[in-house]
Amino acid sequence: MDAREKEIEKLKDYKYGFSTDIENTRAPKGLNEEVIKFISNIKKEPQWMLDWRLKAFERLKQLKEPNWQKPKYPKIDYQDLYYYSAPKSMDDKPKSLDELDPKLLETYNKLGIPLQEQARLNGIAVDAVFDSVSVATTFKGELNKKGIIFCSMSEAIREHPELVKKYLGSVIPLSDHYFATLNSAVFTDGSFVYIPEGVRCPMELSTYFRINATETGQFERTLIIADKGSYVSYLEGCTAPMRDENQLHAANVELVALDDAEIKYSTVQNWYPGDKDGKGGIYNFVTKRGLCKGKNSKISWTQVETGSAITWKYPSCILMGDNSVGEFYSIAITNNHQKADTGTKMIHLGKNTKSKIISKGISAGFADNTYRGLVDIAKKADNARNFTQCDSLLMGNKCGAHTVPYIKNKNSSSNIEHEATTSKISDEQLFYCNQRGLNQEEAVSLIVNGFCKEVLQQLPMEFAVEAQKLVGISLEGSVG
Amino acid sequence: MEQLKVDFNKVIESLKLSEKSINSRKENLNQFVENGFPNKRVEDWKFSDLNQIISSNIENLRFHTDFEISEIDETTFIDKFAHNKIIFLNGVISKVDFSSEDDTKVLITRDLNQNENSKEVNSLVSLNNALITSYIRVTVKENYSMNEPLIIYNITTKELKSTAINLKTDIVLEKNSSLKLIDLFDDSSENNFINIVQNFDIAQDAILKNYKIDHKKNSNIKYSYNNINLEKNSISENFIFSTGSKFIKNEINCNLNDEYSSAFINGIINLTNSQHHEIKTNINHLAENTKSYQLIKSVLNENAKGIYQGKIYVDSKAQKTNGYQLSKALLLSENTEFDGKPELEIYADDVKCSHGATSGNLDEDAIFYLMSRGLSNQQSKELLIKGFLLDAVEKITDIEIKDLIKNMIGITE
Repeated sequence: MDAREKEIEKLKDYKYGFSTDIENTRAPKGLNEEVIKFISNIKKEPQWMLDWRLKAFERLKQLKEPNWQKPKYPKIDYQDLYYYSAPKSMDDKPKSLDELDPKLLETYNKLGIPLQEQARLNGIAVDAVFDSVSVATTFKGELNKKGIIFCSMSEAIREHPELVKKYLGSVIPLSDHYFATLNSAVFTDGSFVYIPEGVRCPMELSTYFRINATETGQFERTLIIADKGSYVSYLEGCTAPMRDENQLHAANVELVALDDAEIKYSTVQNWYPGDKDGKGGIYNFVTKRGLCKGKNSKISWTQVETGSAITWKYPSCILMGDNSVGEFYSIAITNNHQKADTGTKMIHLGKNTKSKIISKGISAGFADNTYRGLVDIAKKADNARNFTQCDSLLMGNKCGAHTVPYIKNKNSSSNIEHEATTSKISDEQLFYCNQRGLNQEEAVSLIVNGFCKEVLQQLPMEFAVEAQKLVGISLEGSVG
Repeated sequence: MEQLKVDFNKVIESLKLSEKSINSRKENLNQFVENGFPNKRVEDWKFSDLNQIISSNIENLRFHTDFEISEIDETTFIDKFAHNKIIFLNGVISKVDFSSEDDTKVLITRDLNQNENSKEVNSLVSLNNALITSYIRVTVKENYSMNEPLIIYNITTKELKSTAINLKTDIVLEKNSSLKLIDLFDDSSENNFINIVQNFDIAQDAILKNYKIDHKKNSNIKYSYNNINLEKNSISENFIFSTGSKFIKNEINCNLNDEYSSAFINGIINLTNSQHHEIKTNINHLAENTKSYQLIKSVLNENAKGIYQGKIYVDSKAQKTNGYQLSKALLLSENTEFDGKPELEIYADDVKCSHGATSGNLDEDAIFYLMSRGLSNQQSKELLIKGFLLDAVEKITDIEIKDLIKNMIGITE
């Protein structure tokens, strides 16, 4: 096999493994005040934003990297990373889609998100983040009519400083923990969404993240605010090209739901997981947190995690408003040498708050999959209610599946239920499917999809189909 | 810590120890000094900050006692059935009575130099290794079943104050032997720290039934660490009745080392006032076809706090494991708290493992039903609580001991 064929062979495993030759503007390597000033300057940020970043950086110096997680990783040299990388052609920002670098658009077409077509046909507004910079936001006009703000974070800092000032860091404080603080100091872009009072967002909003350049970390920051009585459904997808070294992705996502508002946040994460021997891949250390600030508000997280060498995230809900609802639906699939330590935190502060956690973990190959979650019922959270179900599926005896729930209950009128099971695909199930004419792979895919169904149902239609396929692809060759 | 070093020297002087033993005690002492009493930054102690509990309840903790031992009050002894006795009085063995057993079949050792140090799993076990003043090992020989149960009385008297005492027992069950063991706490003392380490080695086909009863209200702070090793086809049954002390943490580490061994850990936590009790279990399935079962029921009143941390570990060799874990808690007053961490760590695929945890108040519908049958609100609640606890008590396989514990929670047949 010559080199070219090998390359093609490799690409078969991870179809998003291409990289695009686009000239990049980069910040100098390393993490210091100069780099932060560089980022802030290049993004033409106001002084308050720079001060905020520097404050985070000061705080970061005192923080230590956490080390309690199950998947261990080699020490990251934070001075050996680029903290800013942007496609060069962005220097003169295009006014509309037609002015975009055609090569960029081609990349997005390969990813399956043809921006232009999507804008016209699908009715999904897409904000694509390429490396660290938001490239294009489609469908803007339509959203503007309703008063919805959907733009890149940098634009929001310039155009809507009052909203950003008010809400940025209100859910994930500046000094929260190491990676969140790192993000606060060096975040480059991300999406900003504001849904005004009483508006039901007419379409699904969507962001696509892609890490293209080498040795870059991606630190995006997303902030979604749903004002009183509004509704929004937000989708997020991620991919990265194949590289031998590990790349860091430390994003912060903050959601704020005011009275009677509802936010639905769905993620399909398919970062490059590394090759079969565990070389390369993305470290996905993300902080996601939602605040149900108002009465009767609701935040629902749905995630399908199939990629990344290490996934380490706990999308959480702080249920502050009375009668607020938090939901978490998750599928985490790990194969080969992938590792996942993921789950959620449900913090009940208000009265009559409800939360529901459904987590499905699937482990194959040499992978390790951990569900770690917290249900915390505070003293004043009368009649709080939680239901948690974590199921794990193991394929082979070289992988691991773990469940580490923390349950804290300080209120006697509350009710918590937790259950977890671990099992494998039984020979009877396989036999039955084989007997009906399905081959081994199809049978496994069918059974696994059935196992995940409760979560897949929560995804918006377009995503559900994609996710279903991903579930099948991720496990190819793991049983046989 | 100064007091600790002074007392440590006193302990060493008062005992006739070999050079080797003294050195190993020193090492253990250093380990404790380095880590101190565990605080909530230590993952296993997340919900119970022992360092803080000790410093807020005990002033000037001492680690050595030298007063005269008073007479034992035998009226508090169990009189429902005949039994063998080991009596610890304020941390010192004051009586050992195995008169109804064949003395060639049950061997007793009290020589401190024969004590092997326990594995230093945490700073409290190190402290125990460094400071124990009396030691007992009971060996039950092959094919021998004890005629009567053994009760280890742990008695403390009023004279004991602000002192840390360290107890240790080793139980060895040889092939096909069996033992019923009750650890009974009887405290009249106040504000002491009692640190107990017990090791159990259970050989092939042997059966251990161990019941821990801490039912007399007292203000002591206790930590009990049980390490259980199970060989082929052996059984260990544990029951923890946890209701007496101000603070107690019962930790059980159980290794299922060979095929067809099984472990059962059941328990009830029943608390009032500002009591704070924890049960922590660690079940390690290390061989094929092993089984474990846990059921913990907690009832919390007033300002009480209950904790259950349970972990099931399944090694990649341990196919066909069957592991089960259930914790249920009733929070009956607005200031109670229940924390749980039921954990699974699984590396084998052909296993059946599940756990469940619930916490909440009594079912209003059930109360309504009972009241509609003529019971008062209070009676209905009491009935439901007893029924709730009885679930776990019914798991006890020894009828005499089951009745004893039923009586203690106020259930009479």
